[in-house]
Amino acid sequence: MTRLVELMPFIVLLPLLAGPVCALLPGRRLPWLLAVAATAGAFIIAATTLAGVMDGTTLRYAFGNWPPPIGIEYRVDAANALVALLITGVATILLPWAAPTVDAEVPERQGVFYALFLIAMAGLLGITLTGDVFNVFVFLEISSLATYGLIAHGRDRRALLAAFRYLIMGTVGATFLLIGIAFLYILTGSLNMVDLAERLPGVSDSRALQVALGFIVVGLAIKLALFPLHHWLPNAYTYAPTLITAFLAATATKVALYVMLRVVFDVFGPAYSFAALPLASALMVLAIAGMFAGSWLAILQENLKRMLAYSSVAQVGYMVLGVSLVSVAGLGAAFLHLFNHGLMKAALFASVGIVAYQAGSVRIQDLQGIGRQMPWTLTAFALAGLSLIGVPPTAGFISKWVLISAALDAGQAWLVVLILITSLMALVYIARVVETAWLRPRPADAPAVNEAAWWLLGPVWLLVAANFYFGLDTRLTLGGATAAAEALAGGALGVGR
Amino acid sequence: MKDNAILVVVARFLIPLMMLFGLYVQFHGEYSPGGGFQAGVLFAAGWILFVFIYGLETGLRIIPERVIYALACLGVLLYGLIGLLGSLLGGHYLDFSVLLPAPRAAQQAGIILVELGVGITVASVVMLFFLLFARRRAEAEAEGLPLVDPLDEDESRREPRP
Amino acid sequence: MTFLSFFNYWAVIVLMMIGYYCVIVRGNMIKKIIGLGIFQTSVFILFISAGKVIGGSTPVLRDGVEVYSNPLPHVLILTAIVVGIATTALGLALTVRIHEAYGSIDDDAIDAAEAQEPQ
Repeated sequence: MTRLVELMPFIVLLPLLAGPVCALLPGRRLPWLLAVAATAGAFIIAATTLAGVMDGTTLRYAFGNWPPPIGIEYRVDAANALVALLITGVATILLPWAAPTVDAEVPERQGVFYALFLIAMAGLLGITLTGDVFNVFVFLEISSLATYGLIAHGRDRRALLAAFRYLIMGTVGATFLLIGIAFLYILTGSLNMVDLAERLPGVSDSRALQVALGFIVVGLAIKLALFPLHHWLPNAYTYAPTLITAFLAATATKVALYVMLRVVFDVFGPAYSFAALPLASALMVLAIAGMFAGSWLAILQENLKRMLAYSSVAQVGYMVLGVSLVSVAGLGAAFLHLFNHGLMKAALFASVGIVAYQAGSVRIQDLQGIGRQMPWTLTAFALAGLSLIGVPPTAGFISKWVLISAALDAGQAWLVVLILITSLMALVYIARVVETAWLRPRPADAPAVNEAAWWLLGPVWLLVAANFYFGLDTRLTLGGATAAAEALAGGALGVGR
Repeated sequence: MKDNAILVVVARFLIPLMMLFGLYVQFHGEYSPGGGFQAGVLFAAGWILFVFIYGLETGLRIIPERVIYALACLGVLLYGLIGLLGSLLGGHYLDFSVLLPAPRAAQQAGIILVELGVGITVASVVMLFFLLFARRRAEAEAEGLPLVDPLDEDESRREPRP
Repeated sequence: MTFLSFFNYWAVIVLMMIGYYCVIVRGNMIKKIIGLGIFQTSVFILFISAGKVIGGSTPVLRDGVEVYSNPLPHVLILTAIVVGIATTALGLALTVRIHEAYGSIDDDAIDAAEAQEPQ
């Protein structure tokens, strides 16, 4: 167990140290190889860490051996470990897959590109593992800055614009978070999450604490792309390079959601958070609005990447809906969907990436009849789409099932109707693509398209298979999500139901 | 601007002082105000002043762009590897007390080395910022891209071209 | 006199509103970045002013001084300042590239032109 504690911080440190080395390596293959090795290493450590904390233990690692709250510590329980596993797992599958697409989209200076990717990933992992609120801000900015740079690598000139707008929105969000942290520090003189949780009840009658909570929640809601603060997301996902779109869609918003849950449930405590501000009702209204608006806008889109981006806004709504139920079951549903949605969006964006690589277009009207030319790719898309809709036996079905039962437990049966309606809307936009790709004839003047090579298809099918595997065997996902929810709020909300 | 005698004399007098002060701030950072961030910026400011007077080409002859770029990465690595050394010698990451037998000296040695990494990276990154922005205009001129004053209201409000 | 005793907060609020207004209202991307800088700086002042201990000296260990100001906010904000510099540099670099690609740096004008282009 001691060895696991010593190893755990290297989930972050491996990619963080590999980043600058990567930037120095010449050519194309060497940086890629190093990135793959660092990501795979981080994935293995993350998997062992999750296995070690599933039973409810908490790993604590103080940097520089300065005991907290003086020093910065990493604090890992089931909730962090699950998110870290998602980030490293998705990156490990996507990186080997993405080499040809990166060659096509970023022909020059790939060392810098992979270095930025590693640093963005290290930033996301750092946010996930740290037990210090100021460290959250620093890692948030590290990952955000790297992400803006990565999005600007897109070939379309609108990628620059998307990166700039994301930079403005993202920096405002991070600064809001910093304001909240400043209030916390002024009130308590501490930045360590555990220490804060102990000291905050002493100042709970202060209005400054309310303000701090408000700023932190709003700041993170921007990063989370919670409706109506989602404006940066569709453009950023549409014009970023393929690898970055798939990776960000699977991880970035999830990490922001995780931090929000950590702060609301662990630092402030649900008893304070949901009494001081009308968070539960506000989050519920915004989540439902996001579910409907996101799905509706997704139906209207002509660009496949943008359609999936708006669908992400809707899916964030499901996760936040689970949170707004303020129960361990609802929190578990949020964590479960966080993990499963990472898997399904990675699979969807990766198959769209293959379409973009082979056919050169992601506009739906250009994809007429393409299913017969690229059957494997489009079948993968359709199967991952089933998971997004929530058809058994997929991971998406488990998410929706757990969310619905959490809503019923909370006595909010009307939510079930809304969840079913938005699932039908997901069916509409996925079915529209499938219909265009398979049932329409290929126009005579359309360029000929070949099926992708096996090394492009393999990782995508691996992700699709994961979607079905976690739909049948829910020990890791449901068990991990329940452990995560109990680690976060078990004590405060009562274990079980 | 190297034809202007006043500028050249003042710069020759100031640049060594700026760099010396940068080094002073760098190596007194462990027990008085200072450290890598401030020192790096001071040091880079000396180089930037040199470039203002003698031109970018002369500045790059002293320290080529590839060297600046490599130093930016190596500084981070120095930080990271010193931290790693603490981990390898049986302590925690960034634990300096295991570096030397005497704990006080070890802490000092560790923080000086780490701050040296910070200083190198900050200095080279600030130099890179300046270099890339300064050169971009010449590059844009060479590519025949339109040049306007971005803060001129009429110019910046222009319609984007398709 | 409570007004003056909260002087630092008033300064922060005024700066914050100026910066935030500039970010939201201005179409010129460079002015947006300037506004963002002012907005961030206001938060830095909020943080740093919290570290001042009345009657406290600069936090350098020396003889004859009992009360020191809190150095921790300065160190934290140093990190945040570096982040702010990086954000500004990246934002300006993107602005240069946008200007080269579009021939304009007005967000609203580009937005209006963009709406007519196919996605």
